[in-house]
Amino acid sequence: MSSRSAHKATVAPPPPLHSRPYGLRNYLICLRGILAREGLRFLHQRERFIASLVRPLVWLFIFAAGFRQVLGVSIVPPYKTYILYEVYITPGLAGMILLFSGMQSSLSMVYDREMGNMRTLLVSPFPRWFLLVSKLLAGVTVSIAQVYVFLAIAWFWGVKPPPLGYLFVLPALFLSGLMLGSLGMLLSSLIKQLENFSGIMNFVIFPMYFASSALYPLWRIQEASPLLYTICRANPFTYVVELIRFAFYGQVEWTSLAVVLGFTAVFLVGAIVAYDPSRGLMTRKQEMGGNA
Amino acid sequence: MRHAEVQKRPDAAAALEVDAVSHAYGRKKALDDVTFSIPPACFTVLLGLNGAGKTTLFSLISRLYATQKGSIRIFGHAIDRAPREALRRLGIVFQARTLDLDLSVRQNLAYHASLHGIGAADARRRIQSVLETVEMGGRLHDKVRRLSGGQMRRVEIARALLHQPRLLLLDEATVGLDVQSRASILAFIRELVSTEGISVLWATHLIDEVQREDDVVVLNQGRVTASGQVPDVLTATGTSDIAAAFSQLCRPAVPAEEGSL
Repeated sequence: MSSRSAHKATVAPPPPLHSRPYGLRNYLICLRGILAREGLRFLHQRERFIASLVRPLVWLFIFAAGFRQVLGVSIVPPYKTYILYEVYITPGLAGMILLFSGMQSSLSMVYDREMGNMRTLLVSPFPRWFLLVSKLLAGVTVSIAQVYVFLAIAWFWGVKPPPLGYLFVLPALFLSGLMLGSLGMLLSSLIKQLENFSGIMNFVIFPMYFASSALYPLWRIQEASPLLYTICRANPFTYVVELIRFAFYGQVEWTSLAVVLGFTAVFLVGAIVAYDPSRGLMTRKQEMGGNA
Repeated sequence: MRHAEVQKRPDAAAALEVDAVSHAYGRKKALDDVTFSIPPACFTVLLGLNGAGKTTLFSLISRLYATQKGSIRIFGHAIDRAPREALRRLGIVFQARTLDLDLSVRQNLAYHASLHGIGAADARRRIQSVLETVEMGGRLHDKVRRLSGGQMRRVEIARALLHQPRLLLLDEATVGLDVQSRASILAFIRELVSTEGISVLWATHLIDEVQREDDVVVLNQGRVTASGQVPDVLTATGTSDIAAAFSQLCRPAVPAEEGSL
């Protein structure tokens, strides 16, 4: 073989990309890309980030300061001593950040399913369930970052769980964020009236937040209204709050873990099945006479 | 109105086969029994007025929507049964801008590379290469927000080419651009067909983007009213230029007489 032909053999072009099979590495590359993009968007939207912190901080600085004078919190697990009301509501406020953030990002996934970023995402060759779960995970990651910033500010306000609690709470936050994000996607996909944030706020976020153990211990609610107590017990957000609360003290509240795991699986499967881009915004525009 | 048959090229497998595809939004029919095919390494114009069903068809070809009726194959891979294989061979430029304005050109393209499972080192090489192909090599780190409309389109085309697709769909890719940018992008895509052997489906409502040697598929009110090479369509419609043929083919549907186009 001449030296020229040997040289030709070494520079043969690689096989086209579409002829190589996808392996685990390719899936991880895809997931990392979606996470990185969400992180970059997060860094570019500082105003949104600050706005998301204002809500729980108002609750912590104003509502809790006033409310602790009228509401006594007796010693209930996982607490081993009397605690400030600010300490009691912090897990609920962490849950509130996940709730708002998860609902907001899921709503945009549903509402924008035919637009911009979602369209680019959905025409990727990876399975749709994988793309949606990756996008949900990216949203959860961003909201967990928001929770930690909130917890750092709360620390200066006297809310000081054990240092290791900040680490123990991470899986609880992750699981809770995934459950709430999936719930948001499922509800927005199924109920047309919820395809805007005020609808989500009035019919999902506020009822879930108030009818839970986020603001008051359940025994207090039971004393006030057995019916409300039953509603709180049926509300998955109650279990999110308790899972986070116990995790701060390095404990697992097994009932909450089982409920949150179960609801995460149900909501996630339901959300993936219900997610149908052909029911998106462009379709509605077209039905009204727009471009096809 | 009878449908002018596409010129079959039996020597090569079709890049795209759309077979008896129908799609409805509720009770409103957007596509009705659409059938055509695109040979490899061919520039095909999908011609239709606004609302003809072009974007719906693109959404079905790209699996954004599930196929309700009929079948779509990309190089033999059915989009509903083998979406991964089909989509890996497909590059798309959407009508609406889909770049993230707050991110740089490189970040936008790197995101797309990850959506095709392309690793970082390979992605870097490809990004540089495709940007140079579209003459945007010097704008790698610029925020997309700082680019002109024509430059954004070039970046979107670069993005669509990043994973080496064999079929490129462009949906009204020149809408909103000045005459010079339009001509430049169109010439570039035509060159891709001849130099890289990529098949292109170019959706437009602008007659002046059609050349005599092109294949055309005319879509009117969700139905294919003609398809084939331009001279064949002119013969079938009895017209002397594509504008007249298009005008005739896009008249509101009336009960057809046997023998008319």
